[in-house]
Amino acid sequence: MTYETVVFYVLAAIIVGSGLAVIFSRNAVHAALALVLSFFTASGIWLLLGAEFLAVSLILVYVGAVMVLFLFVVMMLDINIARMKEGYWNYLLPGLVVAGILLAEMILVLGGRHFGSDGAITFGLNIGESNTRSLGRLLYTQYIYAFEIAAVILLVAIVAAIGLTMRKRKDNKYVDPSVQFLAKKEDRVRLVSMPPEPKKARGDV
Amino acid sequence: MIGLSHFLILAAVLFAISVAGIFLNRKNIIIILMSIELMLLAVNINFVAFSHFLQNLDGQIFVFFILTVAAAESAIGLAILVCLFRNLRSINVDDVGQLRG
Repeated sequence: MTYETVVFYVLAAIIVGSGLAVIFSRNAVHAALALVLSFFTASGIWLLLGAEFLAVSLILVYVGAVMVLFLFVVMMLDINIARMKEGYWNYLLPGLVVAGILLAEMILVLGGRHFGSDGAITFGLNIGESNTRSLGRLLYTQYIYAFEIAAVILLVAIVAAIGLTMRKRKDNKYVDPSVQFLAKKEDRVRLVSMPPEPKKARGDV
Repeated sequence: MIGLSHFLILAAVLFAISVAGIFLNRKNIIIILMSIELMLLAVNINFVAFSHFLQNLDGQIFVFFILTVAAAESAIGLAILVCLFRNLRSINVDDVGQLRG
């Protein structure tokens, strides 16, 4: 048992346990926190595989942004848990059957020597340039169009999320730029001609 | 000795757990979205494992794009969820039947 083997099995046990906690927990907040734990553990597994940039960005993007959004929504909505849970165990048997068959099929295909994937993975420091640098080089040369499309997808997501959830308030005071722009000088200021006031001495009130 | 199949089977276990989660929590849209995130994580573990095994960085590029699209998907999904809750005062899947499908 090398050190990497121990680390892998510990991380695998944590990730499977937290995955089970996600689907079996009664409270949606607990499920979200278990999902945070599983993302964190998965980033440990990616570190073991030498994908440092993706491990860090998984924590930054998922734990930092997406799961906080999930927690925000879960806490903002007032969910009737009792009604959600009715008939919870009715679908336990079909769910377990489907998941079990899926798992058995995948293990039959992926495990063992038929797939030719049982060769040992060498862990350790890779000599040469860092993972982030080589990933960035690939991303900004060969995959530059895909990268820009990803940026557009994120922009569309921002616009869609804001557009779906924004509400107009009646008592909201806001500025209309077109009305502002169309206003003429004559609409605002009226010049009147009048005789000049007599000049007062300084200090008089 | 850890081989590629260890990582693939771990990802398969995680995927099966999330499929069972969709079956179990079929009334709660939030838990369904979380199960989908877990599925994408399992697929990403596969990609990273193959990328390390084949010493090819293209798998990690794919993971990068999957992370991007998954973040956009969950943002829009949660926005739809908030909209739904404002209109129905509930996020139960049984209450969402306006289209009579």
